[in-house]
Amino acid sequence: MSITPVSRARADSSTRRPPSLDSILRSALVGLFVILMLVFILGPLLWLGVRAFAGNWTFPNLLPDDWTLRWWQVVFNDGALGIAVQNSLFFAPLTVLVSAVICLPAAYAFARFDFPGRRFFLISLFATNAFPKMGLFVTLAALFYALNLMNTVLGILVVHVLGTVVFMTWIPAAAFAAVPRNLEEAARDAGASKLRVFASVTLPMALPGIIVAAVMSFLASFDEAQGTYLVGAPDFMTMPTQMYSLVLNYPTQVAAVFSILLAIPSVALMLSAHKHILGGQLAEGFQIK
Amino acid sequence: MTLHEPVTEPSAATTNNAIAASGCGLNIRGLHKILGGRTIIDNLDLSVNEGELVSLLGPSGCGKTTTLRMIAGFLQPDSGSIEVEGQEVSHLGAENRPSAMVFQNYALWPHMTVAKNVGFPLKLRKVSKTEIKDRVEAVLELVSLLHHKDSKPARISGGEQQRVALARALVQEPKLLLLDEPLSNLDAKLRVKVREDIRKIQQELGITTVIVTHDQEEAMSMSDRIAVMNAGRIEQYSTPEALYARPETEFVATFIGSMNRVEGSLIDGLIGAGSGILGIRPEDVILADSPFAGAVPATVERVVPRGHFQEVYVRRADTQLRSFVSGELVQPGQQKYAGIRKAMTFRDGRLVAEAGAAL
Repeated sequence: MSITPVSRARADSSTRRPPSLDSILRSALVGLFVILMLVFILGPLLWLGVRAFAGNWTFPNLLPDDWTLRWWQVVFNDGALGIAVQNSLFFAPLTVLVSAVICLPAAYAFARFDFPGRRFFLISLFATNAFPKMGLFVTLAALFYALNLMNTVLGILVVHVLGTVVFMTWIPAAAFAAVPRNLEEAARDAGASKLRVFASVTLPMALPGIIVAAVMSFLASFDEAQGTYLVGAPDFMTMPTQMYSLVLNYPTQVAAVFSILLAIPSVALMLSAHKHILGGQLAEGFQIK
Repeated sequence: MTLHEPVTEPSAATTNNAIAASGCGLNIRGLHKILGGRTIIDNLDLSVNEGELVSLLGPSGCGKTTTLRMIAGFLQPDSGSIEVEGQEVSHLGAENRPSAMVFQNYALWPHMTVAKNVGFPLKLRKVSKTEIKDRVEAVLELVSLLHHKDSKPARISGGEQQRVALARALVQEPKLLLLDEPLSNLDAKLRVKVREDIRKIQQELGITTVIVTHDQEEAMSMSDRIAVMNAGRIEQYSTPEALYARPETEFVATFIGSMNRVEGSLIDGLIGAGSGILGIRPEDVILADSPFAGAVPATVERVVPRGHFQEVYVRRADTQLRSFVSGELVQPGQQKYAGIRKAMTFRDGRLVAEAGAAL
């Protein structure tokens, strides 16, 4: 009984003690770091957002002289820009579909079977990301010229799918591997054929991981610039490749508007899928052995 | 490997009238499996009558789970035949076999509700929706889980999950029910209740059942017959009573129940030098305060309280023995007289003689 008052006194004293110089300094430094990060990361984005609606903006004013929606009209009325948006929205879903068809069976094989060269193949998928993109695409262009794939839809599709292979294989492979084998066995015992087991048990349980991979692949395709420029320009312009000419030929406001448009799907998809990404699917995805 | 027939003793026959049934629920002949260079299952024969509940009992690594998985179809034997109610099934895939399995950790599909879990096998068989609903509700009623039919597996307790797994197996109306260590994930008190429930349902429905377990108490309390396995072979296949009273091998004697294992032979109530191994059940070591025929002075070394009886370790001139004593409490250090009522002699692992003295 005599212990309680002492411990209560101790607890009280620790909350009433003034913060030490050491902890003040530490919080100040942390605060400064956070502010710096915000400035560097959010700063350009804020500038972009303001620029898109700016009329006349003379230095060194912090805000534009007048606001306007004129540049948005320019973008929406321009035929070429409209086509670029259409193309982007055409290639991205198609890339996800083609990538899924090619990579998901491979992902399942990596997850469930052990075959000679498995580790080698798994790691070699990173090869496309290991090399500088422009170097890779220049070599690819040489191949495409030989195969008559330059300036074709198929050529651009190949370039886009290449960028999604790592996402569409590693993350679903980890998702498939995470489905306990005895759940699949229970389904077989209940009378399901191997295909039915995949459709009713494995796929639904791996779906969160597959969706994350699909979102990452969509974004990778949507933002793919260099390879598409090399292979597609000038016949097939997507939003990222169109950005190059925009920056050269139009006032910065138009580029700012287009940047925002380009960012919208990314942000929207990230927001809607963030629950799964934060939930560790992405990190888990790169944990496959 | 010889075919093990049930022990033909009068006690065995009278206790199992229900088993003297017509058909053969499961018949395994010459089952053989080599994995990683080791012989896991060594030419195994097993015959289970229709409606009988048989346990495969043995320590880890004896091959009981491997046998069960071969019966279920998840593993292909190297040779041998498996017949369920006369139909050869060893060439069939797991999905086409007339058996249903309850997995050790239940294997319920987390993205489906209890009702959908139980109804899935029927859905696969293209049964009509109304019939699925009726049959699912009937079997959930049988395991007392109707109130949970729309819950997800994550929301119900371990014992309830196990009942769902059982319901999912029973709804298929299988010819053979397989259970893989069904009670190992449950706590002690729940185990006793659940094993009685399983036994009751099994007898009500009359389904041929094979249970794999390492817990001899579980096997003894549920089974019509037990196949005690060791190193890929069945050492003895008898009723629980016969296994306890007349173990055919040293392994069975020490695995089932408790046993005092002493090297030597019994002469005039004293253990002396000998080539065999003596097995003496603790309840056959009689302790008394005053001498009696065949008794030898003994000092109580250690006492383990077990509730309704005591485990008493006594040291005699020849050896230390464990005894089960009920009644008046015994204290360490006391002087008693200990006599051996019955002893089994094993040579080369097999039972060769039983010696008893009327005390």
